Amino acid sequence: MDDKTKDIQKQEMEKGERIERARAAKVFTPDVDIVERKNDIVVIADMPGIDEASVDVTLENNVLSIYGKVDWDVPDKLKLLHGEYGIGDYQRVFTLSGDVNREKIEATVNNGVLKIVLPKAEAARTKKIAVRAETK
Amino acid sequence: MLWTEGFGTFGRGLDPWSEFRRVENEMNRVLSRFASPSTGEFPAVNVWADGSETVVTTELPGIDAKGIEISVTGKTLVLNGSREPLEVKEGESYHRRERWYGKFSKTVELPFVVEGNKVEAGFSRGILTIKLPRAESEKPKKITVRSA
Repeated sequence: MDDKTKDIQKQEMEKGERIERARAAKVFTPDVDIVERKNDIVVIADMPGIDEASVDVTLENNVLSIYGKVDWDVPDKLKLLHGEYGIGDYQRVFTLSGDVNREKIEATVNNGVLKIVLPKAEAARTKKIAVRAETK
Repeated sequence: MLWTEGFGTFGRGLDPWSEFRRVENEMNRVLSRFASPSTGEFPAVNVWADGSETVVTTELPGIDAKGIEISVTGKTLVLNGSREPLEVKEGESYHRRERWYGKFSKTVELPFVVEGNKVEAGFSRGILTIKLPRAESEKPKKITVRSA
């Protein structure tokens, strides 16, 4: 199994790519895998600290937005001795190509991982066309 | 307030936002003190402590709690685990592949010797929290000074 654990830093969003927000928290770009399957597109995002109540997924005109709000309190009386990662919200926006069946989008959260299954619309599915021998 | 061209007499011109940016940069500079350079090993950890307890937190989304191995020896905490890559069948293809996978092993040096059998670990929302109480023998003792 190849390892892909070298880059340990969470990516904070660049100033230019986000809209200024009222909430004074850092915003991170979650790492995502996007897999196109036969009948759907699966978007998987690592968003540690979120649960089903604190994540928003919206689809508007082919623009899929993911936003996760992380509420985290500093442990009582404790002081940070050594900090390697930052804590904050997550945001990411994708433009989808192709048609998606909006009625059947499903999103689930498990152990801080968001999974969105976007079924392809009937028209966008790859159709296999049978090739027949021409009969004269 | 209305800003007009006439105000732009200072070098680069007067940018109404420059002061906000300066304050923001200053804030970032002050806050960045809290993020010390990491050891470069995955996963990144935050270590919190007071006199009697250390709390280590790390983000391990998508891992089963049973798959995380935690061991403590004296002042050293070792975390082991792995995450499988997504299974992609024939006819399926990645558009993006950014999430980490593979095995990890991380060693964290703690500020004091820990009571090994009283360590508690919790895992929720992809965040692992390990509470490590200071060993009794390690706790500072108060010494009474008697006058001769």
